[in-house]
This record gives sequence, structure tokens and C-alpha cells, in this order.
Amino acid sequence: MSTTESPPPAGESPAGGTTAHPDWTTVQQSTEFQALRHRLRRFVFPLTAAFLVWYLLYVVLASYAPGFMAIKLAGNITVGLVFGLLQFVSTFAITTWYVKWADKKFDPHSEAIRKEIEGAGR
Amino acid sequence: MSVLAQGGVEGSSPLLNISIFAIFVVITLAIVIRVSKKASSGASDFYTAGGGFSGPQNGIAISGDYLSAASFLGIAGAIALYGYDGFLYSVGFLVAWLVALLLVAELLRNTGRYTMGDVLAFRMRQRPVRAAAATSTLAVSFFYLLAQMAGAGGLVALLLDVKSKTGQSIVIAVVGALMIAYVLIGGMRGTTWVQIIKAVLLIVGAGVMTLWVLALFGFNLSALMGDAVAHVGSAGEKLLSPGAQYGKSGITRLDFISLGLALVLGTAGLPHILMRFYTVPTAKEARRSVTWAIWLIGIFYLFTLVLGYGAGALVGPDAIKKAPGAANSAAPLLAYELGGTVLLGLIAAVAFATILAVVAGLTITASASFAHDIYINVIKHGQVQDEQHTEVKIARRTAVVIGIVAILGGILANGQNIAFLVALAFAVAASANLPTILYSLFWKKFNTNGALWSIYGGLGITLVLIIFSPVVSGKPVDPVTGKSASMLQGVDFHWFPLDNPGLISIPASFLLGYLGTVLSKDKANADKYAEMEVRSLTGVGVEKAVQH
Repeated sequence: MSTTESPPPAGESPAGGTTAHPDWTTVQQSTEFQALRHRLRRFVFPLTAAFLVWYLLYVVLASYAPGFMAIKLAGNITVGLVFGLLQFVSTFAITTWYVKWADKKFDPHSEAIRKEIEGAGR
Repeated sequence: MSVLAQGGVEGSSPLLNISIFAIFVVITLAIVIRVSKKASSGASDFYTAGGGFSGPQNGIAISGDYLSAASFLGIAGAIALYGYDGFLYSVGFLVAWLVALLLVAELLRNTGRYTMGDVLAFRMRQRPVRAAAATSTLAVSFFYLLAQMAGAGGLVALLLDVKSKTGQSIVIAVVGALMIAYVLIGGMRGTTWVQIIKAVLLIVGAGVMTLWVLALFGFNLSALMGDAVAHVGSAGEKLLSPGAQYGKSGITRLDFISLGLALVLGTAGLPHILMRFYTVPTAKEARRSVTWAIWLIGIFYLFTLVLGYGAGALVGPDAIKKAPGAANSAAPLLAYELGGTVLLGLIAAVAFATILAVVAGLTITASASFAHDIYINVIKHGQVQDEQHTEVKIARRTAVVIGIVAILGGILANGQNIAFLVALAFAVAASANLPTILYSLFWKKFNTNGALWSIYGGLGITLVLIIFSPVVSGKPVDPVTGKSASMLQGVDFHWFPLDNPGLISIPASFLLGYLGTVLSKDKANADKYAEMEVRSLTGVGVEKAVQH
């Protein structure tokens, strides 16, 4: 089974059948894979930065501008409450956006590379 | 008013509460026994149900695992007493899921099999990194377990009218024993079903109460909040804006930021949440799981906003503060106010179920980490006869030990603030685990030394800052109760001003991971990184959830 030098790789179960390892470095250096990696990072990194900044803005405003957050917009509904609820809205929206993107723009490319590797490994 | 200063909730029927809870236990145990018959005896089945759950099933189970007693009782209580400041917990706990969705869930699913250690050690020297990953897994799980068990004690005091410490200890022991039974009989498969059932009960229960409260105020949130404000009198306006709890001074303002940071970065480093991603067959299903979880958790937190202000309006903060369990009793008291003894009994059973399901999930995670990372890979160097059988045997034994530790710890922690203990677990997860996970997945040069520095460094800094924080000692004595809000009374050795260490410990741990990497002579294993990257992005070689 696994030795100290190699972690238990997921695909090596007897039923898995991938006995020949693909050449990982070759795959990693291929243009297709580099493009896939670039595609993922270009999408998730800026988006992560954006929602973290948006969230921290909320936390900082709540902490240092309570007067602004306490402004009443309608009845007892304050700026702060709306700001907090907008965090819910943005979270739901980013989730939906990411899933659509991943299904349409990421999975097909990722699957193509996987099929190529698994085909070559046989 | 409906509340007595001493003892249980007036109108609560301990017998009814126990009966409803017993029915829940009988039904879930029956289901656990039934699903466990389908299971094979291997480690994969015990730890991850063979990766055989669908995305939606796992998403519901994740929300069942995540919405702990702190979420339900703690947040509703915090909003009832502190208004807006309690809302931050909800926002932070929810936004945190985007980190898991965008950066962690899918890549983790593709590169690991059972534990967090699988991913962290993938391209590192196995033994030291696995030992470190297991240490921090056990630390996070331990704090989280303590919080849940302490919550069970408080809940008992409130609902079953068990006032003596001995009586409460017995109930904590019963909860612990039940959870050991779930884990031993059902493994991850059984635990997952308990979490699914509990999630449905909790979300439906909270939803019904929310609609009920809103209906009483003509579905007018503003009117509801106005009533909560009126209940407090002249100071009530504070409930509507930030600052009631954290706005007192420069230090508390910083503390609020620190807490916010720990909440948003902690979730994606919680080992028992990470392990749930292995119970689905593919990265795509992991993505669906998180999507389901985000919607369910988000909707639930919107409910808690209404429940919190509803408790403030209908029960009143004074009554809540006087009740046994204080803030934690806001939701049960509101249930009684709305639907009398029966609704209180139902909500009480749901709260118990919540604790039970979360505790079972934590136990299986901690025992998997011990058996898989420490026993098999560190102690036995990965060389074991009949690995599958041994691994499950060790994991089961560990589960019993952890159960006993949790019972003893829960008895000792009985009466501690649940939300604080959970925030502690989040701080450790955000400091020790998340930087290491992100570096492992995304930074080519990251090496064994860097991983060890960020895990042990993050864990160490977090623990030291907590021990020397006002949480443990040195908070001023409250003239009303004559007690300090700190854990220890009568001593003061604190020098770190913040309650939550996240503001310092999280950046420090990222920095340590960086320094540990660049200062070490270790070279990152480029071939393993290539393998990890290709696997993580394409899912090549992921163990299929085939029923052998």
C-alpha cells in the first residue's frame, strides 16, 4: 500500500484500473492545462477578493461608522440592516454566477483534459 | 410573563420534552441501523459513506452539520439582546461559504480521500505534515465539541428543569453515549442521515416560527423591530444599529473586526466540514452540495433575524436575561410564547437533535483523522496488514475515546458561553488550517517546512492569544452578578486586549507559511505538485462511488 514517500493516491484502488500513471508534468505543462488553470484562477481570485472586500467594508462600517449604519431608511429599517441583507443577496448571487460559469465555462474543458489523460493511461 | 427567575421555563413540560426527544432518537437510530446494513465494512464506507451521497443530500447534511446549537440558540439570543451586533454572526457564517465554494470544496474533493491531512500531505513529507494536520483537526474538533456539549448542559437546565449539576452531567453523558452509538453503528452513512433529518426539522421548525412571528406583526419587519425596541425603553434604539455590544471602545471595535475575520475565514478550514466533501462522488457534486448548503444556511440565518427580534419583542430582553441559559434561551422562550408547551417541546427536541448531529459529525472527523493520519501513516508508516479492517477498528475505538473525552469536557465546560467556544474553534481553523490549505492548493513553492510553520505556528499563536485574552481572565466584575465575564474568577493574567485572536493570528499564520517555505532549504516536490494540480482541476483518478 502507500509508502512514506507517496500519499495514497485516490485512483489506485484495485477497481480503479488506472495502473499506468500519466506523466503529470507533461500534462501540467500542456497548453490546454495551462489555459484551464488560467481560466479558473482568473475567475475565482478576483471574485474572492471582491466579496472579501465587500464583506470587510460591511464589518468596518458597522464598527467605525455606526452613525451611518443607524440612518433609518423606512420605518425601523436602517442602512445597516439593508447592508447586512445585501450581503445575503451578494452571496446568493455569487453562488449562482459561479455555478453557471463552472458548468458552462470550466467543466467542458476540464472533462476534455481528463478524458485525454484517462484514455492515454489505458 | 411566561418566565420564572429560577428553574425551567414555566409551562414547559419536561415529560413532554423528553418524550418528543426520545421519539427522535428512536426514529433516527432505526434509520441509522437500516442504512448501516447496506454498508460494506471498509474504511471508505465508514469515513465517507463510499462517496455515495448526491450533491443535494450532502448539501442538506452540510447545513445539518454547520447549523449548530450556536447558530440556532446563540444567534437568536444575541440578536434578541444586542440586536444588530448579533446579526454579524449570521452574515459572517454565511459569506464564509463563498471561500469554501470558490477556493476549496472542489479541489479538495479531487485531491483527498478521507481527511484534511490527505490534501495537506499530498506533495509534502507524509509523516510530519499528517501529524500536524491531525493535531489541528483534533484541536478544532475538541473546541467545537466542548461548545456543543456545554450547550447540551445549558439546554437541559432550561427545558428539562434539571437544575443540579449532577443531573445536567448525567444528561451530557447520555447525549455523548447516544452520539457514540450513532457513529459506531452507522459510520459516516448513518451520521449523514441523522444530519439530513435534523437539518430538515431545524429549518422547517425555524421557518414555521418565523412565519408565525411575522404574521403577528402583519408581515411587517419594521413593525416587529419597532416592538423589540419599545420593549427596551429609551435604550432600545441601539438594537437597530451596530454598536450595542461592540461599540463601547476602540478595543471592542477592533474585536468586532477580529471576530468578523475569524468567522469568514474559519468555515473553509473546519475539518468536519471539509470531510463532508468526500462523501460525494465528484467535484461537480461537491459544488452542488455547497450550493444547496449556501441556500439552506442563508435562508436559515434570515429566519434567525426574525426570531431574534421576535424574541426581543414578544418575550423581552429582561425575561431572556433572567431565564436559565440567558441568551441561549431566547428561541425556546419564543417558541413557548407562540405555541405553548407543545411547540416548546418540539423546538427543544430540535435543539437537542442539532447538538447530537453536530457532535456525531465532529466525532467521526476526529476519529478518522486519528486513525487515518496518525495511526496508519505516522505510527505504522502506512504499512499495515489488512489496512481497511485495521483502520476502521482504530477509528471506532478512537470514536469511543473521543466520546468519553467530550462527555468529560462537556461536564467541565457546562455553563461556558457557547458562541465563544465556537468562535475559538473558528479562530483556530482560520489560522492553522485555511492558510495551509490555500498554499497547498495554489502555491507551487510551498513545502513541508512551510506547512509545519503555518499549522503549528497558527495553532500556537491562536492558543496563546486566547489564554492571555480577557476571555480567560481579567474582565471587570459585573456589579449586578458579582462575577467577572471571564472564564476564571479572581485572577488576571491577560495582556492581549482582544477576545478573538483572528486579527493577529490569521495574518501571522499566512506569514509563517510564507517564511517557513522561503527560509527552508527544502525544495518543493515539483512532480507531486504537477500531479496535485492536474488531479485537483480535472478530477483524474478520483475514486468512483461504485458499489462493489
